[in-house]
Amino acid sequence: MERTEAELIAAVLKGDAASFEPLIEKYSPRVFATARRYARRESEIEDIVQEVWLKAYQKLGSFRGEAPFEHWLMRLAVRTCYDFLRSHQRNRESAFSDLSEPEDDWLDRFVHQPGAAREDSDAAQQLVQRVLQHLSPPARLVITLLEIEDRSVKEISKLTGWSVPLVKVRAFRARAEMRKILAKIAKDKYL
Amino acid sequence: MSSMKLNDLEKKLIAVARANPPSDRVPPTFEKRIMALITARPVQDVWAVWAKALWYAAAPCVAVMLLFSGWAFVESSKHTQPPTVDLAQQLDNTLLAAVDQSNNSGQ
Repeated sequence: MERTEAELIAAVLKGDAASFEPLIEKYSPRVFATARRYARRESEIEDIVQEVWLKAYQKLGSFRGEAPFEHWLMRLAVRTCYDFLRSHQRNRESAFSDLSEPEDDWLDRFVHQPGAAREDSDAAQQLVQRVLQHLSPPARLVITLLEIEDRSVKEISKLTGWSVPLVKVRAFRARAEMRKILAKIAKDKYL
Repeated sequence: MSSMKLNDLEKKLIAVARANPPSDRVPPTFEKRIMALITARPVQDVWAVWAKALWYAAAPCVAVMLLFSGWAFVESSKHTQPPTVDLAQQLDNTLLAAVDQSNNSGQ
């Protein structure tokens, strides 16, 4: 018979480390998907997910079981991703003049014929990544959670540990930051 | 590009990101790797952590002690006049106050 999550967690806390494996198997896809929102290289993504699981194992004693394990784990994952963003800020200052040719073409298409610029094209996805990479860590986290994942301010507050007013302030600043980056792209390209 | 177009571009890029969620693919044997790391890690000794923390605290404590000693020395050297009442005598009086009192009341 398959053991429940609560039973697995209780077993791990009693010293049976092997009971942690089914939890890793079950939730790794979600943690990987989250990590891929903030890191591009597979080696970095694997490092993030590995850190999430090691932290989860070490801190399992602090999981009270009041909320689902998945929520607790995702909080840990989001905070680890945020730490990763903060420690990898060096790429933010590069110029936009190095847009690739497909990205350039996609932008041209968008300016002249917005409907023709396809959302599923690789160039569009690369451009999104480029813009997100230029955001500050808090701005990137807020834009990702609020705009892309469509989460509520309250949810973001729980995930990040920030207060609700702080999330709102950071969301406001993040949108301004994003507009500034888009204006810079437009300036570099069209002026 | 006008601000109107920039707003549209922002919306479009968000739509692009929403339309292309990241993959949730897990590398093969990933969970085995994590389990190997978990089981290879030594169990943390609470007493060792406590001893380490005490060692870390020792240096600031010594620094504070030296600072206060220096300060006390400087302050005492400023007041070179001898105290009007001997400190040893004061301590003696305080400790023996109760005995003196009982002697007085007995007389």
